Amino acid sequence: MKKTIMTVGLATAGLVALGGQAQAATLDDVRDAGQLRCGVSTGLPGFSQPDSDGNWTGIDVDTCRAVAAAVLGDAEAVEFVPLTAAERFTALQSGEIDMLSRNTTWTTTRDASLGLNFTGTNYYDGQGFLIDEALGIDSAEQLDGAAVCVQAGTTTELNLADYFRANDMEFEAVVVDSSEASAQAFDNNRCDVLTSDTSQLAALRTQLSDPDGAVILPEVISKEPLGPVVRQGDDEWFNVVKWVLFGQINAEEYGISSANVDEMLESDNPNVARILGTEGNMGEILGLDDDFMVDVLTQIGNYGEMFERNVGPNTPIGLSRGVNELWTEGGILYAPPFR
Amino acid sequence: MESDGTPLRPGRPKPWNDPRVRAVVFQIIAALTVAWVGWTLFQNTISNMESRGISTGFGFLNSTAGFGIIMSLIEYDETMTYGRTFLVGLANTVLVSGLGILLATVVGFVMGVARLSSNWLVRKVALAYIEIFRNIPLLLQIFFWYFAVLGTLPGPRQAVNVGDVAFLSNRGIVLPKPIFEPGAWLIGAGLAAGLVVTFFMARWARRRQAATGEIFPVLPIGTVLILGLPLLGYLIQGGPVSWDIPALGGFNFRGGITAIPELGALLLALTLYTASFIAEIVRSGIESVSKGQTEAALALGLPPRRVLRLIIIPQAMRVIIPPLTSQYLNLTKNSSLAVAIGYPDLVNVFMGTTLNQTGQAVEIVAMTMAVYLSISLFISLLMNLYNRAVALKER
Amino acid sequence: MAMHQPQPDLPPPVAERGALKWLRENLFSTWYNSVLTIVVGYWLLSTLIPLIDWAFISAVFSGDGPEACAPGAACWVFVQQRLGFFIYGFYPDELWWRPNLVFALFALAVVPQFLPIAAAIRKWLAIFGLTGLPVAAYFLIAGGHFGLESVDTSRWGGLMLTLILAYVGIIAALPIGTLLALGRRSEMPIIRGICVVFIEFWRAVPLITILFMASVMLPLFLPEGVTFDKLLRALVGITLFQSAYMAEVVRGGLQAIPKGQYEAAEALGLGYWRRMRLIILPQALKIVIPGIANTIISLFKDTTLVLIIGLFDLLGAVKSTLSDPAWDNVMAEGYLFVAFCFWVFCFGMSRYSHRLEKNLDTGHRS
Repeated sequence: MKKTIMTVGLATAGLVALGGQAQAATLDDVRDAGQLRCGVSTGLPGFSQPDSDGNWTGIDVDTCRAVAAAVLGDAEAVEFVPLTAAERFTALQSGEIDMLSRNTTWTTTRDASLGLNFTGTNYYDGQGFLIDEALGIDSAEQLDGAAVCVQAGTTTELNLADYFRANDMEFEAVVVDSSEASAQAFDNNRCDVLTSDTSQLAALRTQLSDPDGAVILPEVISKEPLGPVVRQGDDEWFNVVKWVLFGQINAEEYGISSANVDEMLESDNPNVARILGTEGNMGEILGLDDDFMVDVLTQIGNYGEMFERNVGPNTPIGLSRGVNELWTEGGILYAPPFR
Repeated sequence: MESDGTPLRPGRPKPWNDPRVRAVVFQIIAALTVAWVGWTLFQNTISNMESRGISTGFGFLNSTAGFGIIMSLIEYDETMTYGRTFLVGLANTVLVSGLGILLATVVGFVMGVARLSSNWLVRKVALAYIEIFRNIPLLLQIFFWYFAVLGTLPGPRQAVNVGDVAFLSNRGIVLPKPIFEPGAWLIGAGLAAGLVVTFFMARWARRRQAATGEIFPVLPIGTVLILGLPLLGYLIQGGPVSWDIPALGGFNFRGGITAIPELGALLLALTLYTASFIAEIVRSGIESVSKGQTEAALALGLPPRRVLRLIIIPQAMRVIIPPLTSQYLNLTKNSSLAVAIGYPDLVNVFMGTTLNQTGQAVEIVAMTMAVYLSISLFISLLMNLYNRAVALKER
Repeated sequence: MAMHQPQPDLPPPVAERGALKWLRENLFSTWYNSVLTIVVGYWLLSTLIPLIDWAFISAVFSGDGPEACAPGAACWVFVQQRLGFFIYGFYPDELWWRPNLVFALFALAVVPQFLPIAAAIRKWLAIFGLTGLPVAAYFLIAGGHFGLESVDTSRWGGLMLTLILAYVGIIAALPIGTLLALGRRSEMPIIRGICVVFIEFWRAVPLITILFMASVMLPLFLPEGVTFDKLLRALVGITLFQSAYMAEVVRGGLQAIPKGQYEAAEALGLGYWRRMRLIILPQALKIVIPGIANTIISLFKDTTLVLIIGLFDLLGAVKSTLSDPAWDNVMAEGYLFVAFCFWVFCFGMSRYSHRLEKNLDTGHRS
């Protein structure tokens, strides 16, 4: 028995001792572990979706992979942790994951009181409504008394209540825990309307048994800037995740893509040279290798490529760039310069 | 053997061989270890939360919640506070547990008695029911009822219509809702009077039966009183109740009371699952009463129905109550599986949505666990009191 | 001389023999029994016949895809097509032989327990099942040693994951529960207090709150940077939860042992651990076999809750495929398949415990 006590004591002592020296930064932790733990959605086509072999695809997934490519040089060195909307912040706060990339809306509360930092926006979205075409509804203002399917623990849930209250309408919130479950509940006619970010609605529509029978109403009732999130109190890691995304947007602006990275390495344009690390020490001051963007661009590509591949017009999701176009093209994507 | 004169005395054991000393040392070590582990965890949590800038404290309970909840027993809308969402969730948990306990007890007792029926077919059906339902995970049963059974009901427009007043659809059951007008108090008063009179009548009848052996028909007279007095009140006041009858309007039924399908599926699954355990408890309880008791009762000339009610069940209850208690506790805890289908119970509303909107995991999880701990201790307490009351009084 | 030849006895009246007698005694003994028989019988026939027709007679058992299925009949093609995923989850196809080998070893350890083989062989196989098998299974399934490719726990799933969770949980919960029960019966007040608080806490809170804590909150309580595998944490949560129940079951057994046994053991001069191991526990555990079996069965069923924290056990794997729009409404088939798998295991375990109880019964019960 004494032996048992000794063992337990030693084990605990070991744990605490480990804690003493493990005040290391996330960047070092990721390097030590050799892989990035990234929280993603449990399954949302175009954003993060596993296939039957467990391979993940989507724009949120690619955002994780880009960070892994920048930090570890290998876009595949990611452990994807599927999280429901309700679990995601707790998992990030507790240190269960290194970053969260799960169509998460940037809001004041989340920034200030949850102990989180949003590193940017990888998709500008807004909340909409999906409804059965046969009901003959053409505006969200006709939804009084409807049963609405909504995901638990999202900003959508709050906007929904706000919108119906502002328009003096009643609704019944059918709350489900994941986006697949919301699509399933809508498909089974548990609710009349499905509400979510419009991009998600487009994605979820592909999962319905009759995708063409459902329409997205014209109203967009909120601003939903979706982006990657990290914990507060680790500025180094915050900068890394932030600048990988900025790097991808800048790369698109200067015409660097996975196809032409090698040629661009020879480029005389000082902006291109700074992004690719042939000039200046942008990588070094971020705590990375100077050519970190080369790894990102060869393995993942620039922002435009990431968009086209996962949610663009040629995918089943079929979204157009819209406001997610570069500022030079009439959109609002505007990344600070590499300098 | 020779003795040198000094008497043989047991030598004092060395301190490390003395069981008492060892016990004390051992306990001190154990207490210190537990205290130290607890303190370390506490310190870690505090420092982790500080270094990550997570808000702490219970101030959030007074902030506006801002989200809708599909079903609430108490008044609630999205302008109310997070503290209110806690109460809404708690009320819904209590509702589903209470109904579940009631229904599971009824079904369980019926099935337990059926298991010992003299009718072969009834016996086998009860056995099949018990063996099927208790060997399949509850979560699976909840999914089955919710998705594969209730989910396949027709939509509100094609709802099953029961006499134009009640409707069954995949949005739940809608029933007419009574609206009490002034004067309806007499109905309530009638019900209360009926209950009180029946209670005292039952006591008087029991005492008289013990003293004289005469049997008084409590059940029929009580039923007449409990149903009849409120009816009398209703008639005297000239029908002070109107009904809010649901009707299809817009998307859904308007008016009436809706029992949502999530509640139905959860209740069905909890009832059938727990009742299969209760049935086995009842069966073994009845079997534990020795056969001599039945034979003696029959020899006294009691009819078989009375034997079960007066001789067997009261004695079997002593064996049945303790495991029955833990089944009730299990049912209450299992009601938290509501989260899997979206019934707004405490875990779903408070530990789900509220936690997510506020991010204060530690406080919220602690409050949720405290609720279950209290419910558990409360039920144990009640059952212990009952247990003491029915315990065998040795003379 | 004429011997008296007795006439053979008349057969009993028709109503008093064979099937008729059985019917009369078991189904139609009184008027209300007759009514009950007819009502229950009618209900049974009217539900069972369409059900059997749906599930077996008209059902389609094999095919290449959703087209093979007929309306109004069970579509077992769905289960057949996805069986690989249901059994192994995301485990790589080319490595399926590793879990298969573990299944085979498992069968080797377990199946002989039900067969009439020499007790010594059964005993050694059981010891292997409790010690060698988990170790071998870990190295085989997780890989990373002896030249086996490493497979991350996030790729484990399906029935394989359910069995792993259940098996490890069962092996760990019994000893932990026994220790807790001994602690609760201990004469040392502090030890008793710690055990009581521990047991009552775990018994009072729902398993999903524990799994939620274990899966997303645990790192908050630990020093920064210390983490454990998600599967391991779920496993620890389930095991501790069930060991509290196990402790109460074992305590019941300990209390049922007559005081004389404790005193006699002490009088023999045995130390505490020997007293428990040689005298008390063998008797106590035998008494509570049904309770232990029930706890084990509920542990097995509780493993399904891991789907709420995002692990793909058998139920989770099946549920995740049900939303596939290519298959129209195969929900009932999917859930019935899972129900059948669980039922076979749980029912088997409860039968085995009955047998064990009977075999070990030495007739000393008062």
